Amino acid sequence: MRFDDQVMTTLRVNGRAYPLELEPRVTLLDVLRDRLGLTGTKKGCDRGECGACTLHVAGRRVLACMTLAVMVDGAEVTTIEGMADGDALHPVQEAFLRSDAFQCGFCTPGQVMSAAACIAEGHAGSAAEIKEWMSGNLCRCAAYPQIVTAVQEAATREVTR
Amino acid sequence: MRPFGYARAPDLESALTALVEPGTEIIAGGTELVNWLKEGIAAPDRLLDITALPLDAVETTGDGLRLGGLARMSDVAGHPAVVRDYPVLAESLLSAASAQLRTMATIGGNLMQRTRCPYFRAETLLPCNQRDPGSGCAALHGDTSSHAIFGWTPECVATHPSDLTVALAALDAEVILRDAGGTRAVPMADFYRQPGAQRQRPTTVEPEELITAIRVPAAPSAHRSHYLKVRERVSYEFAVVSAAAVVELDGPTITGARLALGGVAHRPWRLPDAEAALVGVPISDATAVREAVARSFTSARPLPGNGFKVELAQRAAVRALRTAGGVA
Repeated sequence: MRFDDQVMTTLRVNGRAYPLELEPRVTLLDVLRDRLGLTGTKKGCDRGECGACTLHVAGRRVLACMTLAVMVDGAEVTTIEGMADGDALHPVQEAFLRSDAFQCGFCTPGQVMSAAACIAEGHAGSAAEIKEWMSGNLCRCAAYPQIVTAVQEAATREVTR
Repeated sequence: MRPFGYARAPDLESALTALVEPGTEIIAGGTELVNWLKEGIAAPDRLLDITALPLDAVETTGDGLRLGGLARMSDVAGHPAVVRDYPVLAESLLSAASAQLRTMATIGGNLMQRTRCPYFRAETLLPCNQRDPGSGCAALHGDTSSHAIFGWTPECVATHPSDLTVALAALDAEVILRDAGGTRAVPMADFYRQPGAQRQRPTTVEPEELITAIRVPAAPSAHRSHYLKVRERVSYEFAVVSAAAVVELDGPTITGARLALGGVAHRPWRLPDAEAALVGVPISDATAVREAVARSFTSARPLPGNGFKVELAQRAAVRALRTAGGVA
């Protein structure tokens, strides 16, 4: 087996393929922000604690700061930039707007990505369940009541759609 | 982060061959190792990505449960057989970390978490034998509120952070290790070394070995089990103390009990004296259950800052037992 210092990697982000030569120590978060200019995914703690960098890999919510980019070669990555359909916002984004579920907005992309997965997993059945399953996303402005409301509202719309 | 070479192992044989070379570290979920790489606590020459290996199955067998080393925490926690027959296991997993981390983290990686305390990764470098063997222990002369009450040595007074291993210890699980020469099984309770013995090696895993699976023996009583985690906030926090209990009952009487504690030692801490004393005790008699649990605490050695854990851990054990037995 050959161990490489530079690895040819194809990142598939929001439906587009990006062939890149990467150092294996680079995180997915840094590649998205610094190489691809996709700065919607935020760097908060950079140590897996705050959830600001939450995105989807193969449909599941993960932390981009704890992911080495070379390890998601070929996998489908969805970031906050891939949620809206043209000018039409994703239902979770709409619900965040309607519920005023943010103050400074820094944690919001991670909250939205986490919330979309939380609903898809079936873990948004009640306020208590949402609080537990969204606990990996911290909000320094403490907009938690509005965030829970937004997730609940989006989950209801998802069910009735 | 120091640079390193990277390879993705295409099959188990080539992974085991690559591991023989010193300086090679395994990465799977990455939720632990990537932090240590960033902080310089781990600095391998070569990083071996094992996520392509077919080791992620969760299987029920005639003699129990087999969890692949690469099964994700979220997948094991949601597996119907785990939820139905081993609630202590599902509860321990769901009380750990966050949804994002559980989606990433593997079962094998959960076991390989480092025994650590706040001094281990302090922003200002402080003496820590876990991080820098031989440098000393800052906690011993500092804040010991989150530290061990059992099994510690002057070398290290930290606790192991895993919830899962506490449940696995109470279930008498075994860790299946594989190297190029073959396979061996290590009981969960013996997996971590006493601090001070072979400082560089917190676990019994040899550098050329890989965790292929966890074997959980079948037990008809395992459905009567519970994991109780006491923490400083309701979610997404390490345990102050935790208790895993598996109870066998004949009517109202305890005929067998298995108990393990988390947050109290460098490894999941089984309570054999309490387990023996619990046999014959009526599960509804809280005082008698408490007296039996107390048998295991005569050997507790609290540190200056954590005397409260001795009481808290006993109460947690009693409640876990009674919840498992259906009376709390």
